[in-house]
Amino acid sequence: MKLHQHDKKIINHLQGGFPVSENPWSELQISLDIPAEEIIHRIEKMKAAGIISRFGPMYDAAKMGGGLTLAAMKVDDCNFENVAEIVNSFPQVAHNYAREHEFNMWFVIATELPEQVDEVIEKIQSKTGLKVYNMPKQQEFFLGLKFKV
Amino acid sequence: MLAMKHKDEAEIIDSADRKIISATQQGLPLTLNPYHVVAQEVGMDVKEVIQRIKNMTESGVIRRTGIVPNHYKLGFTANGMSVWNVPEFKIMQLGEKIGALDFVSHCYQRPRFLPQWPYNLFAMVHGRSKGEVLEKVQSIAKLLGQDNICHQVLFSSRILKKTGLRI
Repeated sequence: MKLHQHDKKIINHLQGGFPVSENPWSELQISLDIPAEEIIHRIEKMKAAGIISRFGPMYDAAKMGGGLTLAAMKVDDCNFENVAEIVNSFPQVAHNYAREHEFNMWFVIATELPEQVDEVIEKIQSKTGLKVYNMPKQQEFFLGLKFKV
Repeated sequence: MLAMKHKDEAEIIDSADRKIISATQQGLPLTLNPYHVVAQEVGMDVKEVIQRIKNMTESGVIRRTGIVPNHYKLGFTANGMSVWNVPEFKIMQLGEKIGALDFVSHCYQRPRFLPQWPYNLFAMVHGRSKGEVLEKVQSIAKLLGQDNICHQVLFSSRILKKTGLRI
């Protein structure tokens, strides 16, 4: 899908925020200078094409009472697939990435309760015989995604 | 839905908030009056829904309301996890500086594991190529100057698992 000038305007503007008000589009069509129906139609099209992956409020799972952490492991190459399989078998492991480093496996653990993070880590350690380095965020400097197009 | 365990967290969201969360978990409806549609679904007045979304934004339960573009589809196909060893006592000031850069999507302070892992500041850097990511990492290094004790960039070589975070 080729992006029209208006699509780009919408992407750049709406990453920063969508009004939380009774008539959100009327505010938007003034600041974007695009009619509301056209904005809606373009977001629909971009969502269908996979260019926009979400429209709406973005929730912070950790703030809602759950546990969330980033964990890393050092895994031997010859053992990598086996360990990946064990780690991935935990439903609490949300993402897992291979990275080019001595610490070569990085995954996110998300649990319903904060104390369950340690339980999952212990289980992974005992099943793999490897140390899991738990690196929860201590401070967040997050100002939102801003991919200019 | 998440069970509430701790008192302070239980005070942040109540059952009405949770109704709104579950109604908007997949996003807002693309209609001329999205908040009215949500209000109807949860059986609340639209003014209350809007107020609750605002309150949740203030308390940090909602990061923000807007669109999330798929950065791969926008051509930002390379990403590197840059990790920095910076003086702990300056971390607030330095983290805010780096988090504000428009090519950094996430910036966190995380614990060190000395001596193997001296890095206490993580910044996810996005670019259209690996070279562009490395250039941007260089510009962070420049910005940090002497506060950059050492750093590395970890490129992802493979996605081993990817599921949406369940909330």
